Amino acid sequence: MEQIKHIFKKEFKTYFISPIAYIVISIFLLIIGWLFFSTFFLNRQANMSRFFSMLPITFSFVIPAITMRLFSEEINVGTYEILLTLPVTFRDIIVGKFLASVAFVGIMLAPTLVYAISITFIGNLDWGPVIGGYLGALLLGAGYCAIGLLTSSITRNQVVAFIIGMTVCFFLTLLTDFMLYFLPDTFVEFFQHLSANYHFRNIAKGVVDSRDILYFASLSFIALYVANLVMQEKK
Amino acid sequence: MINVEHLTKYYGDLCAVDDVSFEINKGEILGLLGPNGAGKTTIYRILTGYLTPTSGTIKVKDYNIIDHFLEIKGLIGYLPENAPIYHDMLVFDYLNFVADIRGVAKDKKLTHIKELADLCNLNEVMHKTVEELSKGYRQRVGIAHALMGDPEILVLDEPTSGLDPNQIAETRDIIKRIGKQKTIVFSTHILSEAEATCDRMVIINQGKIVANDKLSDLKKSLKEDSFENIFRTLTREN
Repeated sequence: MEQIKHIFKKEFKTYFISPIAYIVISIFLLIIGWLFFSTFFLNRQANMSRFFSMLPITFSFVIPAITMRLFSEEINVGTYEILLTLPVTFRDIIVGKFLASVAFVGIMLAPTLVYAISITFIGNLDWGPVIGGYLGALLLGAGYCAIGLLTSSITRNQVVAFIIGMTVCFFLTLLTDFMLYFLPDTFVEFFQHLSANYHFRNIAKGVVDSRDILYFASLSFIALYVANLVMQEKK
Repeated sequence: MINVEHLTKYYGDLCAVDDVSFEINKGEILGLLGPNGAGKTTIYRILTGYLTPTSGTIKVKDYNIIDHFLEIKGLIGYLPENAPIYHDMLVFDYLNFVADIRGVAKDKKLTHIKELADLCNLNEVMHKTVEELSKGYRQRVGIAHALMGDPEILVLDEPTSGLDPNQIAETRDIIKRIGKQKTIVFSTHILSEAEATCDRMVIINQGKIVANDKLSDLKKSLKEDSFENIFRTLTREN
């Protein structure tokens, strides 16, 4: 536990030393703000459902950009050797880095609370779906961070890590949406349980079901576990 | 203190270390020498838990590298070749991080970092980022990193490569000074340096040990007085 804390602290700090953090946060806020507010007043509804419905697709490319350096950079620069020869286990390293990236997603989401607050001035905001939405956003963020961490562990090239991570996240986001058109309903029903977007929508409705939480927990766990295997294999 | 037993490591088809056995005694300064690509770094990487051997093992005290790598990592301070250090961190932050990971007690941490900064002459650069540092300073940060938490064993992979003659002398000085209480394994391509610092030499070539002796005994047995000639005879290809 101690070691995880130290790795977490270092990784979290490193985000804010480099300009990447500020660039990613700005781009995220710009895009999500535009997607949300461009149609907000047309809908004439005081809710954030539009904001949350755009989150999975936005996260699909923003989060791999956050996680791409986690391992790729270390392998490329050679600090990976330093890290691995310190008295820490693979688990400490992976969990520490993972939690740091999830915390970063939290920081990135925090400014969007302003949207919720400003909506309360123009209408009656139902806080249930908003709280559910943010909980879902963190869970979704955690799942995508784990995937990004995994793709970062397999290559020394950050761009490759980003592209593979983005592809996997896009796939999980669009899994049911694009299959609706050419697959029979029974298949769609089965596959939608694998879709991150489906589970996120459930939570974002304000209904917190253990199945949806379990989905994101297992997604994260599996990705981190595979990252552990990748590191083991590299030894 | 350290027993290397029938250590073998393959990278795919390439045999980097081939059935190597030797021991390192407590308090000894051992020079692990050999041409580039001989397998020195691979042995260090296995010893420090970065790689796993294909077969054979290394024992440190009673710990086995395969089952107790965490304990062994705690005993060893390691300076990898070229000191790859997080280039965007401040030197102080970096040393602080290593101190935390190595479990240096909170109340002693600052004094310990200060001690090492004094020993390695780092006081002027503590608040610079690592990427701003010259090669010599970076190497010294690497040595401070290896010494953090006062480990019993030091493994230094070419600690003087790329340094100027003054820095080499300084580094050698540091190694000699700390070597009195520690077990040290290090490698270098500067033979006079090995001659001046090492108690014993293990020379490897193409993954195999070709000599393991005190330099004086090597000179006697090969009837050759120049270490350079000895090295070249032993490690000449075929």
